[in-house]
Amino acid sequence: MKTPLFIRRLILAMAACTLVACTTMSPRGTGDLALIIERTSGHVTLASTTSAQPYARIGGLGDLSHASAVYSRDGRYAYVFGRDGGLSKIDMLTGTLVKRVIQSGNAIGGSISQDGRLVVVQNYTPGGIKAFDAETLELLSNVPASYGDGQFSKVVGLADAPGNKFAYALFDAGEIRVTDFSDPRQPVTSRYPAGNQPYDGLVTPDGRHFLAGLFGEDGIALLDLWQPEKGSRKILENYGRGEAKLPVFKMPHLRGWSVAQGKAYLPAIGRHEVLVVDVATWREVGRIPVRGQPVFVMARPDGRQVWVNFAFPDYGMVDVIDTLSGQVAHRIEPGKGILHMEFTPRGEQVWMSARDDHKILIYNTETVAPIGEIKADAPSGIFFSSRAHRIGF
Amino acid sequence: MLRTSLVFAALGVSTVAMADAPLPDRQMALTHMVRQECGSCHGMSLQGGLGPSLLPAALAEKSLEGLTATIYAGRPGTAMPPWQRFLNEAEAQWIVEQLMKGFPE
Repeated sequence: MKTPLFIRRLILAMAACTLVACTTMSPRGTGDLALIIERTSGHVTLASTTSAQPYARIGGLGDLSHASAVYSRDGRYAYVFGRDGGLSKIDMLTGTLVKRVIQSGNAIGGSISQDGRLVVVQNYTPGGIKAFDAETLELLSNVPASYGDGQFSKVVGLADAPGNKFAYALFDAGEIRVTDFSDPRQPVTSRYPAGNQPYDGLVTPDGRHFLAGLFGEDGIALLDLWQPEKGSRKILENYGRGEAKLPVFKMPHLRGWSVAQGKAYLPAIGRHEVLVVDVATWREVGRIPVRGQPVFVMARPDGRQVWVNFAFPDYGMVDVIDTLSGQVAHRIEPGKGILHMEFTPRGEQVWMSARDDHKILIYNTETVAPIGEIKADAPSGIFFSSRAHRIGF
Repeated sequence: MLRTSLVFAALGVSTVAMADAPLPDRQMALTHMVRQECGSCHGMSLQGGLGPSLLPAALAEKSLEGLTATIYAGRPGTAMPPWQRFLNEAEAQWIVEQLMKGFPE
C-alpha cells in the first residue's frame, strides 16, 4: 500500500526541518532572505538579512560561475540559473532543493514573468530562450534566437516586462527581441535592430523601456515597450568621442537598479566613467569619472547613492557616487575580488561578495563602514528575496 | 640556457615551444587567473560563454603561436582584450599549452 501523499510530504518537511536545525522554527515571512552563489563549489548559502546570519547551505548545483537567481512572487522559491544550463528551484523556507533540470548546454541567466507562472531562461548554446512552468519546471516553449542563414545567436540581457513579455538582446545578431508569452505554448516574437554586439540589457523599473548596452560600438539601444511600433533607437551615441578604448577585462552588467531620481547611471565601455542619462529625454546629462571599468552601477533603493564596482584588476575597489552632487563621495577598498553588490530593500545596508576573501561583507550605506560579514566559498552573486516584487528582474 | 637551446635546435624542436615553464607559485596564480578572470567570459569550466570554448577539443586545430598572441595582445574587433599587463609571452604560451592538454583545476 502506498503511503498517502500528505504523509510523505510531512515526512519530507520534517527531514528538511532537521537539516536546517529548525527545532525552534516558527512561521516566518520571506521578505528578508538572501541567496548567495558560491561559484566554484556549486553551492548556495541562504541567509537572513535581518539577523545577518546564514541558515542553510545547499550543494550539487553544478557550475555556478555567472549564476543568477529570481524569486517566485511569494518570495518562497528561488530559481537559480547555472552556467551549465542547470535550472534549480530552491525552497527558501525549508532550505532544500525542490527540483533541478538541465535545460541547455550553456546558460547565462533568466527572469520570471509578471504573473509568476513562467520562468524563462536565456541560453548561449543553443542560442535562444526557453519558458518553463514555475511550479513544475516543465518546458512550455522554446524560442530559438535564429538569424541570418540558419545561425543562432547568444542571448543576453533577458528581462521581464508587463504583459508576460520578455525583452532580450542577441549578441551575435545585433538585435533586440521581445517575446510575448500570453499563451506560453504559442509565444510571439518581435524583432528590432540594436547595434553591434549588445552585451546586456535592462528593463526600467516602470517596465516601459528596454535598454541594450553595446560592446562593439559606443551607444545604447533603446526600445519603448509602450510604443514598440515606433522601433528602437540609439542613445549615447559616440560617447567615446572616437578615442581609443581601454581594455575591458569583464563585461559590465545592466539591470533596472541603474535608474535613480529620473536618471539612468550606466557603465561606459572601455572608459573609466559612469554615464548619466535623463530618462525623460534619454540625453546624456553628465559623466562621472571612476577608478576602473565599471561592472555593476547600482543605485541604492532611495536613489541617493550609486555604488560602482570594477572589472579585473581593479575589483578590490568600490566607488560611491552621491547623486545630489553628481560626484564620487566615497572611495573604499572593501576586499579582494568584489564581484557583486545587493541592497536591502530600503537601502540601509549593502552586501558585497568578496570572492577571494571568501566572505560577504555587510556595509552600512550611510556611514559607508563595515558592520558584519558572512563566510562563503568564493561568493559571486547575492540575491535578496525582495527582488520577487520588482519589474525587470 | 644557450646549451639547452642548442640541444633543442639540434633536435629540430622550436625553442619557443619549449620556453621555460613558470615557477610553481606563478603557475598557481596563472591557473587562478584563467579559471576566475578568463572564466568570466569563457566559463569557469572553460566550456565557453560569451567567449568561445577553451577545451582541448575546441583548440585542437588552432596554432600555439596564434593563441599565445591572442592572449598576449588581444584580438581587435572582438571582446578579447590584451592581457600583456598581467603576463609575459612565455606565460601566455604556458597557458595555451595547458589549455590544449586540459587545464589544471
